[in-house]
Amino acid sequence: MNAQMLSLNQLKQIALHREAFIYYIFFFVLFFFAIVLHDTAFLTFSNFMNIVKQTAPLTIMAVGLTFALAVGHIDLSIGSVVALSALVGALLLQHTGIPLAVLGALLVGVTVGLINGLLIERLQVSSLLITLGTMGIITGIARQLTNLESVPIINQDFTFLFGSGKVLGMPILLLWTLVIGGCAYIILKKLAAGRHLLAVGGNPVAARAMGIKVTRIRLYALIASSTAAALAGLLYAGRLHGARYTLGEADLLTVIAAVAIGGTSLFGGRACIVGAILGTWLMGIINNGLILSGFSTNEQMIARGVILVIAVAIGVKEIRNG
Amino acid sequence: MVRSSLDQVALELSSIKKSFGGVHALQDVTFTINKGEVVGLLGDNGAGKSTLVKCISGVYAPDSGEIKVNGKAVVIRSPEDARAAGIETVFQDLAMIPEFNIVQNLFLNREIKHKNPILRWLGWLDTKAMTKRARKALNRLNTRIPSYNEQIHNLSGGQRQAIAIARAVNWGADIVIMDEPTAALGVEQSAQVNDLIKVISSQGVAVLLISHNMQHVVETCDRAVVLYQGSSVADVAVAEVTKEDLVGLITGAKKIAA
Ligand SMILES: Nc1ncnc2c1ncn2[C@@H]1O[C@H](COP(=O)(O)OP(=O)(O)O)[C@@H](O)[C@H]1O
Ligand SMILES: [Mg+2]
Repeated sequence: MNAQMLSLNQLKQIALHREAFIYYIFFFVLFFFAIVLHDTAFLTFSNFMNIVKQTAPLTIMAVGLTFALAVGHIDLSIGSVVALSALVGALLLQHTGIPLAVLGALLVGVTVGLINGLLIERLQVSSLLITLGTMGIITGIARQLTNLESVPIINQDFTFLFGSGKVLGMPILLLWTLVIGGCAYIILKKLAAGRHLLAVGGNPVAARAMGIKVTRIRLYALIASSTAAALAGLLYAGRLHGARYTLGEADLLTVIAAVAIGGTSLFGGRACIVGAILGTWLMGIINNGLILSGFSTNEQMIARGVILVIAVAIGVKEIRNG
Repeated sequence: MVRSSLDQVALELSSIKKSFGGVHALQDVTFTINKGEVVGLLGDNGAGKSTLVKCISGVYAPDSGEIKVNGKAVVIRSPEDARAAGIETVFQDLAMIPEFNIVQNLFLNREIKHKNPILRWLGWLDTKAMTKRARKALNRLNTRIPSYNEQIHNLSGGQRQAIAIARAVNWGADIVIMDEPTAALGVEQSAQVNDLIKVISSQGVAVLLISHNMQHVVETCDRAVVLYQGSSVADVAVAEVTKEDLVGLITGAKKIAA
């Protein structure tokens, strides 16, 4: 569009757009901590790189969850998939090479997504209940698998690829974030597949009437969500040199809050990948800032909860307003 | 108003039947529509109009009966089958995605892909080409739209209806079915939709129009087919009957040899 044709009204619309919200809050929080924590290491490049590396698994989960939300589903099982995939990957690494271990771990994600999707479609029960159930099952399996024991990873190529590596000076975890985020962005914004995903979330009846395979697309979205969680499990395992059943345990709330604050609708039809990534980084910054300010883990948890409630409140208000 | 329609049958329905359990929604529906003709489908609540539309558009499969398009028998088991046969339906709820803009809705599930073969294989969208085609399609129907980037839920009812009709015609449909296109519209917008129906029928499209609004039927239709308790009981030239006649046929108070 011609820049001169942008009227004041349109500028106002863009500025007040729901998807712009994350930018305001992101820079507000950044600004806030930068001032409050001016005499600490908060506002340093290495601190931000640390945040990006620490939140890499979360951003991947958030990107995956965006697909589930786009079609109007929620996926509560992603946290448990992180643990199971990490354990399966770590166990396989003791016997085989990286390709098979990675494949096995990702297969955990694909399988869980497939089961979630089939159960939801067959039973016609909400994704909330089904994935709550599978979350419990997978958590149980992950605990059972090694009797709550951790599984160390000594394969250096693996920890390079999924953790500490650097490519052209860029931390590999940031690279993972950008590559997966970039692919997801292209799918949702540029490809017919993304168009159909959003159509299914926006108005499933209309999508079906236009010949879109609604059931299949919902299934793909749930597979994307849990496979992304499985990849997140590998990123945790790579960075921490091992897997443990507690991985991902506390991430569900953070990821949902991040995605919601990033402008993705919790009720389907609107997805924002950039927002999801900024949202997780925002959560990381808040955590980091709270730690540097001397707040406890419990207090950080409260902060996460508050952010989720705010994000949801904005979303619901929007729906009411039409 | 009498318009000369081409004397070629576009759609022919013979003895269509459809039951839901014990409810005989359609008992025996038989009629034809010529190319360029606008046929009104009338009937009281529960007469079976919506069920018939769904049988023709592939939402339901009829239990028995035959559907011919341009003289050839077709089997319609899904919306895709109907579309492949050249039948497009403008649904009552318009089947639009509220968050999508005009172009995105017009090309939903028939997106134009990028020219580059690799990108095309990925399903990469050619937004420019779609915007261009959208402009052409809407111009062809004399429809003025503020901006193609406008989300559907920001448009008026009449504009939405125009988009839905444009979408149907844009796909080269020979037959367009409209379920109550003016039900939710004011007078002025109804008139716009009527004009639109005339434009597309003058381009040779056969139109089946479901409506409760007698005035609307009298103004736009060449013929009217009346359903009564699941059967087609009358098939009349609109110019030869009064509104009262039509109402009598709908309520079953009046009978004509079909
Ligand atoms: N899916 C369905 N299941 C059971 N009965 C139905 C169904 N759809 C329509 N019917 C019945 O078929 C009859 C015709 O309905 P319908 O086609 O909706 O009529 P109209 O659109 O003319 O008001 C009604 O008696 C209705 O109750
Ligand atoms: Mg009806």
